[in-house]
Amino acid sequence: MFRYYLKLGMLSIRKNPVLSALMVAAIAIGIGACMTMVTIHYVMSGDPIPQKSKQLFYVQLDSWDPNEAADEPDEPPDQVTYLDATALLEAGKARRQVVSYRSGRIIQPPGAEARPFDVDVRSTSADFFAMFDVPFLYGSGWDHTADAQQEQVVVINRDTNDRLFGGENSVGNRITMNGDTYRVAGVIDEWLPTPKFYDVTTGAFNDPEAVFMPFSVSIAKEMPGHGNTNCWKPIPDGGWESFLNSECVWMQFWVELHGDNEQRDYLAFLDSYVNSQKELGRFARPLNNRISDVMRYLEAEEIVDDSVRIMLVLAILFLVVCLLNTIGLLLAKVMRRSGDISLRRALGAPRGAIFTQYIVEAGLIGFTGGLFGLLLTWFGLQGIRGLYADLQFVDKLAQLDWLMVLAAIALAILSALGASLYPTWRACGIHPASQLKTL
Amino acid sequence: MEIGPIWRALLRNKAGYVLIALQIAVTMAIIVNAIAIIQERTRLMQRPSGVDEDNIFYLASMSFAAEADVPGMIDRDLERLRAMPGVRDAISTNSVPLRNGGWSMGLALEPGAGQDASGVAIYFTDEHGIDTFGLNLVAGRNFRPEEVAWNDPNSSRWPATGIITRAMADTLFPDAAGDVVGKTVYVNDDDPVQIIGVVERMQAPWNGWDNVENSMLVPQKRDFSYNRYVIRAEPGQRDALMPQVEQMLADSNRERIVKDMRTMSETRKRSYLGDSALVKLLTFIVTLLTVITGLGIVGLASFSVSRRTRQIGTRRALGASRFDILRYFMLENFIISTLGVAAGSILAVLLNMWMVETFELTRITWYLIPAAMLLLWLVGQFAVAGPARRASMVPPAVATRAV
Repeated sequence: MFRYYLKLGMLSIRKNPVLSALMVAAIAIGIGACMTMVTIHYVMSGDPIPQKSKQLFYVQLDSWDPNEAADEPDEPPDQVTYLDATALLEAGKARRQVVSYRSGRIIQPPGAEARPFDVDVRSTSADFFAMFDVPFLYGSGWDHTADAQQEQVVVINRDTNDRLFGGENSVGNRITMNGDTYRVAGVIDEWLPTPKFYDVTTGAFNDPEAVFMPFSVSIAKEMPGHGNTNCWKPIPDGGWESFLNSECVWMQFWVELHGDNEQRDYLAFLDSYVNSQKELGRFARPLNNRISDVMRYLEAEEIVDDSVRIMLVLAILFLVVCLLNTIGLLLAKVMRRSGDISLRRALGAPRGAIFTQYIVEAGLIGFTGGLFGLLLTWFGLQGIRGLYADLQFVDKLAQLDWLMVLAAIALAILSALGASLYPTWRACGIHPASQLKTL
Repeated sequence: MEIGPIWRALLRNKAGYVLIALQIAVTMAIIVNAIAIIQERTRLMQRPSGVDEDNIFYLASMSFAAEADVPGMIDRDLERLRAMPGVRDAISTNSVPLRNGGWSMGLALEPGAGQDASGVAIYFTDEHGIDTFGLNLVAGRNFRPEEVAWNDPNSSRWPATGIITRAMADTLFPDAAGDVVGKTVYVNDDDPVQIIGVVERMQAPWNGWDNVENSMLVPQKRDFSYNRYVIRAEPGQRDALMPQVEQMLADSNRERIVKDMRTMSETRKRSYLGDSALVKLLTFIVTLLTVITGLGIVGLASFSVSRRTRQIGTRRALGASRFDILRYFMLENFIISTLGVAAGSILAVLLNMWMVETFELTRITWYLIPAAMLLLWLVGQFAVAGPARRASMVPPAVATRAV
């Protein structure tokens, strides 16, 4: 019977080409607008490291001004001080812990003609690569002794390796940055966590840094942070050394913990650490330590732009208008065919049969609308890329994956079925013979 | 008028008309709120930065030699830059308005820790700062060359003078009516800064900052391997000058990188990229939505005309003129539209209240509601005109035939 109804549906669509085209267009445009924004929102609010996002925790300690919270009403600062980062790293109470901050260097390629170029640098500690599941093309990260001995080693990304070594395995080779020589320990394969969760303070959708180096080395080289540095207390005189010992927050600290017990234990450790610091005259605010897993951290940092959320709301309402339009048109179509329906009913078709017939027809329209909607979504995403052409990361956001394709078609069919419920119900209510006399 | 009969006819086929009215209502809610957002973003984008945007460009210089003499290099660079034909003036500074990266501090009226401080954006500059940025000094004086010093890397003490914007002056001294020259404020808890001048306007580097109009020029040159040159060209010379400047700086010293050269106009475009994209998207949505609603009205009106062909014929046979029929359908649409826009006004306000709550938007201005009503009435009348005209063409003889 289904195939017969499908055939009937096709016939009916062909019989009223204009009305049917209007319905397909309304659904397609609504789906296109809606799915464009849903896709962007979905990528922006996606989980960048699904296999571990429940085990990685961002650490915040309330070391801020006793007179004023870092962020109202009572939020701790969103980064940590050098003093606390090094103390927590030293304590090593979690399975893994990583300190990191963003900086920059200038690479001087060998040869007189080669032009030096600048790169973003992530200064971090040994656990970074294992903790964040960083894929390696060649070699590996450095170990804890390299951190402790301030070894001049680096991990470089694939692009930098292509540029300096023509893509060869460069492990063990040397590179020169700002006059110092570093040994290449590893080369990272393509790695684009979106959002760049491990540090969202300098653009949540930027690419990862090109070079990674031990943070003990970058501190010794007095490499300043290229992210946000926030201070509530003036830095005493004395240059770099006093800056390191100041209350300025400028580093990120992550820990890896498995299960509730480890989380509880780590929080207890943080509290006891802060209490011991209170005795030294720091941490004048009440205890307010926090560990947030990846998704909670991203949510708290509000990385999804308000514009995107506004557009999402408006796009959903837009789809509502398109559906109201479709319901109206379907109703018109059903009413026009009252004669057919009452004839079928008079010839013995039960209500269920009428219902199935019209639902199948609506589903057909929804499916067609969904396909066109998918096409419009693709155009919509291209349009968004064009609008934001100057922001490279938009390319990463405006991408359809198979899940979004399925979602678009499913949403289209559901919308069409939802829209057809009322008209179909009206169709089922048409009495046999009531319309026959006017035929 | 035939409002009575039209109303009773509407009631006999409620569903179709309710749908159209609902569609008009939701459309109106979207349009009103979208236009309110467009207005707000446009207003933000039109705020002047206070600097001579047409003629300014800037670039960064990064030295990487281990023992670089940065102060010597900066002084030499500035001397060369200021001597170039086509250059009006040049400085070394840390940032420019709208660049979205910079330095901020707090200014307090009293010394000591824990005082209430107002956020202020800091621009380090020398006595050429006002001329290079093209600022309008409205009170006091510019820095004297002897007031400008190099920073001491081992000291966090602050220079003793500063030039602030009018907005900053009003924030610090609301009762002084801009008469603040000679007053002292405190930065870094205890360092006094005497205000020696006031400029009309200079925005902070962050366009979304609450204190975006609060800035201070500080008479200091920074001994830092990463510094930024801001160059103001003579009118019309900017584009020709940019490659020359880049070349000159790159050639004069091989132990540095010159990069990120950008004009102020480009900076403004990038700074408001999100806002201008949102404005374009919303304009597109508003237009598309109006068209879709119009098409929906056309579709349903055509259907209702073709369903009532016999009744129309009968009315014509009983003496109704073509104009009567036309008026009937136009009036019918007007009634539906009125119901739609009435519901739409309520929906628009509710949606706006929710959006204000959720996204910190400003409220809609009152006149948007009547304006959107008028627009949708016109769209409705325009959309129904075609089908209504076709209805008026139905010959009276139809009444006697079976359709």
